[in-house]
Amino acid sequence: MSPQALRSDKHVIVAARQFDLLLQALKDVGFEVVGPTLREGAIVYGQLASVKDLPEGWTDEQEGGKYRLIRRTDAALFGYSVGPVTWKKFLFPPVSRLWKAERANGQFQIIPEQQRPTKYALVGVRACDIQALAILDKVFLEGPFPDPGYQLRRANVFIVALNCTRAGGTCFCASLGSGPKVTAGYDLALTEVLKNGDHYFVVHVGTEAGARLLARIPHDLASEEEVAFADNQVAEASRRMGRTLNIDGIKELFYRNSESPRWDGLANRCLSCANCTLVCPTCFCFTVEDTTELTGVHAERTRKWDSCFTTDFSYIHGSSVRPTPRSKYRQWITHKLAYWQDQFGSSGCVGCGHCITWCPVGIDITEEARALREGELRAGMRGEEGGR
Amino acid sequence: MIHTLENVIREHPFFQDLPDHLLEFIAGCAKNVRFPEGHVLLQEGDPANEFYFIRKGLVSIELIIPNRGPTTVQTIGEGEILGWSWVSPPYRWHFNARALEPTRALVFDGKCLRTKCEQDYQLGFEMLKRFATVITARLDATRLQLLDIYGKPS
Amino acid sequence: MANPLEQEISEQVTTDPLVPQLYRTERLKHETDDTFTMSLVPTNGNSRISFLPGQFNMLYIFGVGEVPISISGDPAVTTVLEHTTRSVGTVTKRMGLLKPGELVGVRGPYGTHWPVSENEGRDFVIVSGGIGLAPLRPVLYHMMAQREKYRKIVLLYGARTPEDILYKRELERWRGKFDLEVQVTVDRAASGWRGNVGVVTPLVARAPFNPTNTVAFLCGPEVMMRFAVMELQKRGVPHERIYLSMERNMKCALGYCGHCQYGPMFVCKDGPVFRFDNIASIFGKGEI
Repeated sequence: MSPQALRSDKHVIVAARQFDLLLQALKDVGFEVVGPTLREGAIVYGQLASVKDLPEGWTDEQEGGKYRLIRRTDAALFGYSVGPVTWKKFLFPPVSRLWKAERANGQFQIIPEQQRPTKYALVGVRACDIQALAILDKVFLEGPFPDPGYQLRRANVFIVALNCTRAGGTCFCASLGSGPKVTAGYDLALTEVLKNGDHYFVVHVGTEAGARLLARIPHDLASEEEVAFADNQVAEASRRMGRTLNIDGIKELFYRNSESPRWDGLANRCLSCANCTLVCPTCFCFTVEDTTELTGVHAERTRKWDSCFTTDFSYIHGSSVRPTPRSKYRQWITHKLAYWQDQFGSSGCVGCGHCITWCPVGIDITEEARALREGELRAGMRGEEGGR
Repeated sequence: MIHTLENVIREHPFFQDLPDHLLEFIAGCAKNVRFPEGHVLLQEGDPANEFYFIRKGLVSIELIIPNRGPTTVQTIGEGEILGWSWVSPPYRWHFNARALEPTRALVFDGKCLRTKCEQDYQLGFEMLKRFATVITARLDATRLQLLDIYGKPS
Repeated sequence: MANPLEQEISEQVTTDPLVPQLYRTERLKHETDDTFTMSLVPTNGNSRISFLPGQFNMLYIFGVGEVPISISGDPAVTTVLEHTTRSVGTVTKRMGLLKPGELVGVRGPYGTHWPVSENEGRDFVIVSGGIGLAPLRPVLYHMMAQREKYRKIVLLYGARTPEDILYKRELERWRGKFDLEVQVTVDRAASGWRGNVGVVTPLVARAPFNPTNTVAFLCGPEVMMRFAVMELQKRGVPHERIYLSMERNMKCALGYCGHCQYGPMFVCKDGPVFRFDNIASIFGKGEI
């Protein structure tokens, strides 16, 4: 079918056995294809040379502080929820050199790095991931100083989204309205269907680029029944979320409770290990490191991911403003669920549940929010009356 | 003279909300005074039988420290009260007070007020309330001074 | 979304905002034993310096690092950029050793400014402590240059000892003017000091200004500002007319590295100058 006929909003069917052609087509037009791969007992994003690199027939079991891979009884290519990594690293690299400086004759000059970003095709981007990208766009592109590196990488990326037909043990995107169905921000959106021996993908075209790519591989128009069946699978996932988060007045809830005794209990549990910030798809904090080498002739400035849980994150005038796990955890969760709304107009949380799964002591962001609410009810304070 | 004094007293926040008869009595215990620069108003160890309301000028509260000489710990300026040792036994000054510039003040007869306070508890309470405020403010300021907030971070 | 099937990836044409401009040290003046003022001129001869009082730059010393320093010079001067800082860490210590001719990296100016011209016709009470006088000096330069636009100006300044008083000559010059009230106090007197001894807050209590038409600018250690705010409140200055300059750890100064967050605010772009009512709910709270 020609691209013109494949405008946005059309649904087509691509057979699972022909899925590899999609990956090859992306490579043919110049993308480096990345997606879920199985490595060291976890599903992480890496290069997809072919469909064989996808974790076919695997699923995962996730709970607070627990992640296990388990064999499925079918051959689903995307039958799992999200692992410990996010797509963030392809748009906002963990380490990137910004410029070099050279000293000579008592003077120095600065040589900015030329950015030559790889064109990535991200395959298997969930709704929570898409929401996270939209949030990072606000952070890096809509402030007074848009980040040109992020801008360039973002403009060159191709997104093959995936509607989740299975909710993970710690997922709660439905509570935030950020999933499981992808609604925007993709070139193509897939829903994997395994039914009565058939294995295929219902593909929704999101953009012109998506249409043009799809035109290169065999596909058929999807019937209304096929679309409805796929939508139903996604709706089922929506009803089976592992967690829920009540977002009613959640910003004010956190503002009111900065001195809640709940934080003292957390102080005894949180290890300040920074896992949550590493696996969170929206955490954006970074540090700027200026280094030199022994001769003192060359210097560099590098940008690196950072975490508000590090000791010197808030260091000023000889000590840290937030030196304890208590204040660090409070900062992280209050930023994510409350401050973010004042800063960027939305929640910073997308309900992916990574922080719950990957916290070594199983601290649960949804449980903490719930505890604050219940604490107020027990104390006889009603949220609407403003408490303190 | 007493009318002018009374107006000065009435207008100052320290003496606000006092019933008229008490204001009159207090005004009766007050006198205008002037000191040249360098004059010592209070001497450490002397009987504390008065307090001052500084109308204009600057007074330094000092201690004589061995090898350091007279050391100013705080200065008191316009609109401030100087001297509270007249309130509690043994009624002796703990510090020196010296005018750093020509100073005009009202001096209050502490001995007279003390006697009256023992008879009239309303007067006693009103005076103590006001002095408590002065002492609190001075304590806050002293604590801040002690914090050495401009010092180098260690 | 741009179409990568049709366009080549362009080379980066926009300069990354983390790349500094180079300035040359013209002069380094030692104000006290640990505080100094740097005077910098652009290496690009066409550059005109332009900033608003209260703003800061990120200054880079080759191979050592980059730190935020408030601009302390006269905003009307477009050829020289001045910064005053204390020598407290590796970068500022090295800055204190700058020789004329040495290059310094400059990014900025960043941040919000003291609303001076926005408050023409008002009384000003300026409360500063220690190095906090530095970001306020541009305010005084600006007001003195257009004195007729402003009413009463009271400058209260607290320093540790008489030797730590910044900008002594300027203070004496300003104090000599009939239309500017300058009161200086020290925490600890040296022998021979005939001025105020004690913290700056009692000076706020007795400063000659009309609270109903006054705007207050505060800059100094947080605890000093806290007590000064209390005094201003006692005198009836409303929260919407009190401005404070806050500090937090800074890395990018661009609003997205996250380090300078103060509650929901980024000190680098929502500050450093904050109107008090916007921070009243978190000001003074521990570990925020």
